[in-house]
Amino acid sequence: MKGWKEVPRGGMIIEKGSAEEYETGSWRTFRPRWHEDRCIQCLRCWIYCPDSAIMLKDGKVIGMDYVHCKGCGICAHECPAKEKAITMEEETDGQE
Amino acid sequence: MATKTKAKPKKRKKVAGVRTAMNGNDSVAEAFRQIDPDVVAAYPITPQTELMHKFAGFVSNGEVTTKFVLVESEHSAMSCVIGASCGGCRCVTATSANGLALMWEMVYIAASLRCPIVMGVVNRALSGPINIHCDHSDSMGARDSGWIQLYSENCQEAYDNTIQAVRIAETPDVLLPVMVTLDGFILSHTTEVLEILPDEAVQEFIGEYAPDYYLLNPDHPITVGPLDLPDYYFEHKRQQVEAMEAAPAAITDVAADFEKLTGRGYGFIERYRLDDAKVAVVVLGSTAGTAKAVVDMLREEGKPVGMIKLRVFRPFPVEEILDALSGLDALAVFDRSASFGAMGGPVYLEILAALRGKELPVVNCIYGLGGRDIGPGLIRPVFEDLLAGKTDPRVRYVGVRE
Repeated sequence: MKGWKEVPRGGMIIEKGSAEEYETGSWRTFRPRWHEDRCIQCLRCWIYCPDSAIMLKDGKVIGMDYVHCKGCGICAHECPAKEKAITMEEETDGQE
Repeated sequence: MATKTKAKPKKRKKVAGVRTAMNGNDSVAEAFRQIDPDVVAAYPITPQTELMHKFAGFVSNGEVTTKFVLVESEHSAMSCVIGASCGGCRCVTATSANGLALMWEMVYIAASLRCPIVMGVVNRALSGPINIHCDHSDSMGARDSGWIQLYSENCQEAYDNTIQAVRIAETPDVLLPVMVTLDGFILSHTTEVLEILPDEAVQEFIGEYAPDYYLLNPDHPITVGPLDLPDYYFEHKRQQVEAMEAAPAAITDVAADFEKLTGRGYGFIERYRLDDAKVAVVVLGSTAGTAKAVVDMLREEGKPVGMIKLRVFRPFPVEEILDALSGLDALAVFDRSASFGAMGGPVYLEILAALRGKELPVVNCIYGLGGRDIGPGLIRPVFEDLLAGKTDPRVRYVGVRE
């Protein structure tokens, strides 16, 4: 590990995008479960997710990034589908 | 960010100032006007209120380009200038006593994030019972917060220290915030004659603030203030120690350049009639003026007395102090604050630590709490006791009713 002469001043992080290297998935108490059959692909979950943990492919939701998802539940709260396409489950249940 | 000046020239000529009359608050506000900071945030508290009142007038009249942020507390004031400083702005603020106490958390963070903020601290007793008058309990409490501290004897020094503080703070290997203190009411509300530099001379002297890393730089995004756990926190504190150790060179260089500009020299300490003195006192702030008058009085009577004024309390100038004390037989250290449960006041403890292993008897005079007046009549007996070899009790309360 770097000594005090080498680390950036005052705790600054001087490179961008370093959050990707920080695994925050272990913080979850609840995990979001995505139900593909109910999803209307509005992408609101993708817009609202504070951790960029909604995974897209070709502009469509394909699942959740459980390495970074902290389980805040904003995606489930914002989901406008008549039957919610994202539901929160206790982390001990539904391990995948 | 917004900076308005050219790089400072290598050769400097003395510039004619304008002699005028101002009180301490106005003199610091005038320095702030000439500095023309990018961002100022402040909250009113006696006796500082008039300082920012005056500065707000400069903002309203368009005499500065500063963004002045009105906040709901001192905690917010310090938070705001920290945010702006991290954003790349030159920032100043001011406060007193309870206001400084309310910003406490952020005072430490300003130093830890290495924000070169300049703050006027108009010294006032830190309650209670509630008191609005001068003592040093506010800024002395902040002595371990990581800020550089400059104490001012008079309005001229408050003005001069404020201008020098900008360059000291922004020195690349320092990057620490600076408190410029002035005694509440005794200086803040007392009109004195002082010399004000031309605006362009101040701008040229302080130069352009060019931070290496700042938040509002889209070409180089950074993160400021992330969680710092046991794996790195200690390294960042060690850096802060190093920054404080780099401060003396910056303080010396800036003072030398300032002297070329103004003819007014500044050191870490001021020695007053000390050369052949056998006994002396150490004082901070406006009390130095009174102590000088007492020294003059006693010198006329042939007594070998002198005075040491501490201008810089953080970083503490150990070498300069030891050098100044080397020929003395006895010393009295004046503290305008108490450190309850300690062996004496904070300045006394610092001097004792500097003198470790040396034989010099040192007494501590705690005085002036809550604005209690300190006149020549109270200082003279302290010298007389020292001259008579009376160094007990070690800690005395000068001016209190028994």
